[in-house]
Amino acid sequence: MTSYLSITEARRLLVTKKISPLELLTELEQRISTINPKIKAYLSWDHQQARLDAEKADLTKPLGGIPIGIKDAILVQGAPAYSSSRILEGYHAPYDATVIKNLRAAGAYPLGRLNMDEFAMGSSTETSAFHPTYNPWDVSRIPGGSSGGSAAAVAAGIAMATLGSDTGGSIRQPAAFCGCVGMKPTYGRVSRYGLIAFASSLDQIGPLTHTVEDSALLLNAISGVDSHDSTSLLLPKEDFTSEIGQDLKGVRIGIPKEYFVEGIEPGVRTRVEEAIKQMISLGAEPIEISLPHTEYAVSVYYIIVTAEASSNLARYDGVRYGKRSAQTKDLLSLYEQTREEGFGAEVKRRIILGTYVLTSGYYDAYYLRAQKVRRLIRQDFEEAFKKVDLIVSATSPETAFRCGEKINDPLKMYLADIFTIAANLAGICGMSLPCGFASKEGKDLPVGLQLIGPSFGEKMLFRVGHAYQQATEWHTQHPSML
Amino acid sequence: MAASSSHSHLLDVPYLARLARITLTLEESELFSKQLDRVLEHVALINKIDLTGIEPMAHAISVFDVVRDDQPQPSLPKKEALANAPHQASGLFIVPKVLE
Repeated sequence: MTSYLSITEARRLLVTKKISPLELLTELEQRISTINPKIKAYLSWDHQQARLDAEKADLTKPLGGIPIGIKDAILVQGAPAYSSSRILEGYHAPYDATVIKNLRAAGAYPLGRLNMDEFAMGSSTETSAFHPTYNPWDVSRIPGGSSGGSAAAVAAGIAMATLGSDTGGSIRQPAAFCGCVGMKPTYGRVSRYGLIAFASSLDQIGPLTHTVEDSALLLNAISGVDSHDSTSLLLPKEDFTSEIGQDLKGVRIGIPKEYFVEGIEPGVRTRVEEAIKQMISLGAEPIEISLPHTEYAVSVYYIIVTAEASSNLARYDGVRYGKRSAQTKDLLSLYEQTREEGFGAEVKRRIILGTYVLTSGYYDAYYLRAQKVRRLIRQDFEEAFKKVDLIVSATSPETAFRCGEKINDPLKMYLADIFTIAANLAGICGMSLPCGFASKEGKDLPVGLQLIGPSFGEKMLFRVGHAYQQATEWHTQHPSML
Repeated sequence: MAASSSHSHLLDVPYLARLARITLTLEESELFSKQLDRVLEHVALINKIDLTGIEPMAHAISVFDVVRDDQPQPSLPKKEALANAPHQASGLFIVPKVLE
């Protein structure tokens, strides 16, 4: 039985020859064909290519024989990559993203294209141009977003692990809503080459997994400097699993008062407070801290993210790749009609807002001011990390909401990103891991605990997260209706 | 109706859509105007802070130009670079006539 296998468990079965890479793949694919129609996490997958990859798997490598599900924004040579947008329909990637190259070098191989919000713009996976993805714990609810397909696939046991991308919480929030582990590395840790750009100063690729240990193993594989991404950092090669197994004695955990305010669902708050107590009982020392510019984070984020997006998405012009409108008279109408037909509503809204904040006359009032407040937000964290080793909060103030609940109210959707976006603005690392369930409208839904670390503080997140998972069993619970 | 009501919005969405090269329908213009007004009212929160002397931060890390040695490197073959083009011929991307 290979359902819900972690990478570590699968590797044990593979290395001891209890199962072959091809058998592992076949069982996974059988599960995908039964379960995917219920949650629609995958947009597509290529049986033949996966079979070829499994057959030539090198089990001596650290991730030998492990299939990894891939968010539709990450390029895999020869595979479709639409970023869940109509404007890229028909596009096939001419090269592998660096993370894919790195995965292959570690012995793993990519499997399938996972659904997402269009160009990663959304928190529910409902803005996908193709179809929504449903939460495996309750299919009337969204899985979170934008990496909703990546989180739902892990939670439903139709991927052992996946890659997502996180611009403002797009790995951590869906991981919280689906009850899996989602990690956003420090900005610059992982190459963005071959990631379809959304907001380049914030985007970072990271793993979604069942366990914290698997998360560290995947970061080992995908991280590293890359000559194709000038923002990837030259850092000494590290083993992110090296502090896993250490206890929590003497670890100072910061509890930011601004993250424990009105507006958090009571069930979420209770679970997070229990998780903090658990960490204290394991030896951690709680310290109350303040991140005074928290209330500005959503405003700063939605100015910067739309500005960068409006610039990044200028490349979709119907000339070099993707869709071209048939309704064109001249070059201008080719651009305008292609973009009108190819982009969904949320993408258009963000391009228009981004264009506005960059318009001369408003640039100083919005974009420049936002960049200054961004510095204050980073300074808040720098001050906090003088006193603590990591910061603990809820990943999201709520559990998974119902399909359609917020899709017509963009501001309401944006405000719920409050706890995740500051880590992107500051460029630091963060992780969400399951810390129990909260009852909402008669359903028990997963709650995510967020650990935020300083720049290059991933090892501490893995150490603390792993110790928490050793002491609890939340990550071993799986949705029952599937 | 649409033209007159657009003046009451914070953003001139039809104008911005032209800058961004997107033909919007009237319905889209009206809807986005209302929705983005609310977003803009919220983000105006950042006007409350005194930012005297604060340097803007464009990136989370110090980003410098990184240049490689000026040596030719293999690149994507022309055929593959053109493979995704909606319209191509003779090794070129084809667009409607620009000059009469």
